[in-house]
Amino acid sequence: MSDFTSNFWPVFISAISLLGIFGCALLLWRTSKVKVVATADGTNGHVWDEDLREMNNPLPRWWVWMFIFTIIFALFYLAAYPGLGSYAGKLGWTQNNQYDQEVANANKALEPLYAKFTAMSVEDLSKNPEAKAIGERLFMNNCSQCHGSDAKGSRGFPNLTDNDWLHGGSPEKIKETITGGRIGMMPPMAAVVGNAEDVKNVANYVLSLSGSMHDSGRAGAGKDKFTACAACHGPEGKGNQAVGAPNLTDNIWLHGAGEAAIIKRVNEGKINQMPAQQARLTEAQIHVVASYVWGLSNK
Amino acid sequence: MQDLNVKSTTYEDGVIRQFSIMAVVWGVVGMLVGVIIAAQLVWPELNLGLPWTSFGRLRPLHTNAVIFAFGGCTLFATSYYVVQRTCQTKLFMPKLASFTFWAWQLVILSAAVSLPLGFTQGKEYAELEWPIDLLIAVTWVCYAVVFFGTVGTRKVKHIYVANWFFGAFIITVALLHIVNSAAIPAGFMKSYSAYAGVQDAMVQWWYGHNAVGFFLTAGFLGIMYYFVPKQAGRPVYSYSLSIVHFWALIFTYMWAGPHHLHYTALPDWTQSLGMVFSLVLLAPSWGGMINGIMTMSGAWHKLRTDPILRFMIVSLSFYGMSTFEGPMMAIKTVNSLSHYTDWTVGHVHSGALGWVGLVSMGAIYFMIPRLFGQKQMHSIKAIELHFWLATIGIVLYISALWISGVMEGLMWRAINTDGTLTYTFVESVKAKHPYYIIRLLGGLLYLSGMTIMLWNVIKTATNGKAAIATIPPVAAHA
Repeated sequence: MSDFTSNFWPVFISAISLLGIFGCALLLWRTSKVKVVATADGTNGHVWDEDLREMNNPLPRWWVWMFIFTIIFALFYLAAYPGLGSYAGKLGWTQNNQYDQEVANANKALEPLYAKFTAMSVEDLSKNPEAKAIGERLFMNNCSQCHGSDAKGSRGFPNLTDNDWLHGGSPEKIKETITGGRIGMMPPMAAVVGNAEDVKNVANYVLSLSGSMHDSGRAGAGKDKFTACAACHGPEGKGNQAVGAPNLTDNIWLHGAGEAAIIKRVNEGKINQMPAQQARLTEAQIHVVASYVWGLSNK
Repeated sequence: MQDLNVKSTTYEDGVIRQFSIMAVVWGVVGMLVGVIIAAQLVWPELNLGLPWTSFGRLRPLHTNAVIFAFGGCTLFATSYYVVQRTCQTKLFMPKLASFTFWAWQLVILSAAVSLPLGFTQGKEYAELEWPIDLLIAVTWVCYAVVFFGTVGTRKVKHIYVANWFFGAFIITVALLHIVNSAAIPAGFMKSYSAYAGVQDAMVQWWYGHNAVGFFLTAGFLGIMYYFVPKQAGRPVYSYSLSIVHFWALIFTYMWAGPHHLHYTALPDWTQSLGMVFSLVLLAPSWGGMINGIMTMSGAWHKLRTDPILRFMIVSLSFYGMSTFEGPMMAIKTVNSLSHYTDWTVGHVHSGALGWVGLVSMGAIYFMIPRLFGQKQMHSIKAIELHFWLATIGIVLYISALWISGVMEGLMWRAINTDGTLTYTFVESVKAKHPYYIIRLLGGLLYLSGMTIMLWNVIKTATNGKAAIATIPPVAAHA
C-alpha cells in the first residue's frame, strides 16, 4: 500500500475539502433563491402512486442559519488547526504536543511531592504511610492488571507477596525489574531430556524436590536426566535469579502445579514477559512503587 | 423492455412478501442474541465457558444479524415495494430479484454459522470472511440491476425522492463493501486485509461510519420518504429541502469516518477533517427529520389513533436526537470523554433501536396487510402494545448507557493530587453493573415487542393470501 508521500495528495485532499464545504454553502444559497411555484393544491404538481405529492415549502430559516453556522465554524477550525494537507494551522496544535505538554505539567506539579520520597531509602519508604498509600495507588493503576489487586498474581503472573523472587527481591533489583521489564525464557527441553518416559521421570523428580506428590520410582529414574535442567535451575533445583530461572524446591508453581503442567513446560518451554514501565512512570514513581512492592514481602 | 412493461399490469410482490417476513424473523433472532450478550455483561458465567457462546463471537453475530439480516431484509423489501409503486412499473428482471432473496438468506446463514465458529476478518461490521464477502458483492450487484432497471423503465417522468436515497444507498454500499473487504485470501475462510496499519484502520472506519450513513441512514430515509407521507395521507413538506439535504448528506457523510479514530496514530489533519465534516453533517441530517415530521402538519390528530404513524414519528425524533448527539461526540474534546465508553454504545442504539428499528416496524406494519390482501394488521391493539414496549425499552436502554458511559469516562480520567488515577479499571467495571441490568431490561422489552410483531405478522399473513396488486394509471399531470 502506498504511503502517499507525493506532494500532490495534500493539495488534492485540501482542494476537495474546501470545495465540499463551499459546495454545501452554494447548494444552500442556490436552493434558497429558487422561487417556490405551487399549484392550486399547494404541491409542485408531481404525483406518484396515485396520491404521493410534494409541497415546496421554503427551507426553514433557523435550519438554514444552523447550516451556515456549522460551515463558518468548519472554515475557522480548519484555519486554526491542522486539517488542510500539510498546513499546520494557526495555533500550531498537534495531539503529540498536547500530550507532552500535559505530561510535563503534571510531572512538574508532582515534583515537590516526590522530592521528599526520592531522598529516602526504599526500606524507609515502605514504612512511610503517605508513600505507602501513593505506592498502592500506583500499583493499582499500573501493576494490578497482571499481578492482581492483592498482588498475589495468578497463573503466569508472579505473586509479589510471598518473598519468592524470580529476578531478585532487593530494592535495586525490584527497581530494575519495573524500569526495564523482564523476559523469562525457558527453551523446550524434551529433546535434551530424552523420550516421553524420560520427560515423565524428570517431572516426577522435580516434584520430589519440593516434597510434592510424586512417583518415587520415576523420580529416581529421572534424577540423572535433571542435569539438563540444572544448567539454569541449579544442581539442587534452587533456581538462578541471574537468569530468572525459578526455584523448583519451594512448592510455588508459576505456570501450574502437578506432573502434567511440568511435562508441558519441559516439552514446550515458556516465554514470559513483563513490559518495561520506564515510559509510563517517572524515576521517582518507580522508586515509590518499588518500595510498596518490597514492603509486601518484607513487613 | 418498454413493451414488456406495458403488458404487465400487476406489481411483482412475491419477493417483497418473502423479504418482509424474513425481516421480522431475523429481527427477533438478532435482538435475542443482543439480549443474550447484554445478559453476559451482567452475568459473565452465561458465556458458558465455551468458545462458540463467548461474548467476542456472539457480539458480531448480533450486529450482523440486526444490521444486515433485519435491516437488510427490510431495505430489500421496502425498496422493491417503493420503487415499483413510485415508478408505476413492474420490478425489472423479477427472477433476478428472487435470486437476491435466496442469496441474501444464504449470506445470513453463512454468517450465523461462521461467526460463532470464530471465522472473522476482525473488522467491525465487516467480519465475514472472503467467500461470504464475494457472495455479498454478487448479490448486491444483482440488487442494483433490479433497482436501477426498474427506475430506468419507470412510467412516471420524475424520480421520486425515496428512490434517490435508495439509489445512493445501493451504490455507496457496493463501493464501501468492495473497498473495505479487499483482502488476500490465505486459505478457505482466512484472509489478510489489503491495507496495513493506520491506513487499514482508516479504510475500516471510512467503511464503518458510512455503513451507518448509507445502510442505516440513506436507505431508511428512503423508507421514510415513502411510508410517512403515505400513512399520514399528506404531501411531503418541502421538495427544496429534500434536494439540499440529500446532496449535502451524501457528500458530507463520506468524510466523517475519522472521528472514530480521534487521538490515535491517525494524522492530526485527518482527524480534524473528520470532526469538521461531522459537524457540518448536523444540518443535512436534520433536513430529513424536518421533512418527515413537517409532512405531518395537518394530520397531527392521526397520531392519537394510528400506532403505525406513531412508530414513524417517534422514529424521526430519535433520528433527530442521535444525529445531534453524533456530531457533538465527534468534537475532539467531547470524544476524549466519550470514546471507548458505553456512551458510544448507547448512541448507536438510540439510532439503531430508535430510528432504524421503529421506522422499519412502521413500514412493515404498513406493507404486510396490503401484501396479503387484508384491510389492516390482525391486531391493532398488539401494534399499540409493541409501540409502548419498544419506546420504553429504548428509553431505558439509552439512558442507562448514557449514565454508565459518562460515569466510566469520568472515572477513567479522575486523578488524585499525587498524579495517580483515582479509580482502577475494575472499579469502573463494577460501577457499571446496575446500569447493565437496566440496559438488559430495556433490551428485553424491545425484544418482547418484536416477538409480538412476529405473532401479529404471521396471523395477518395466514388470515389472508398473497394479494395481486394492479398498477394504477399514471396521473395525468405527473
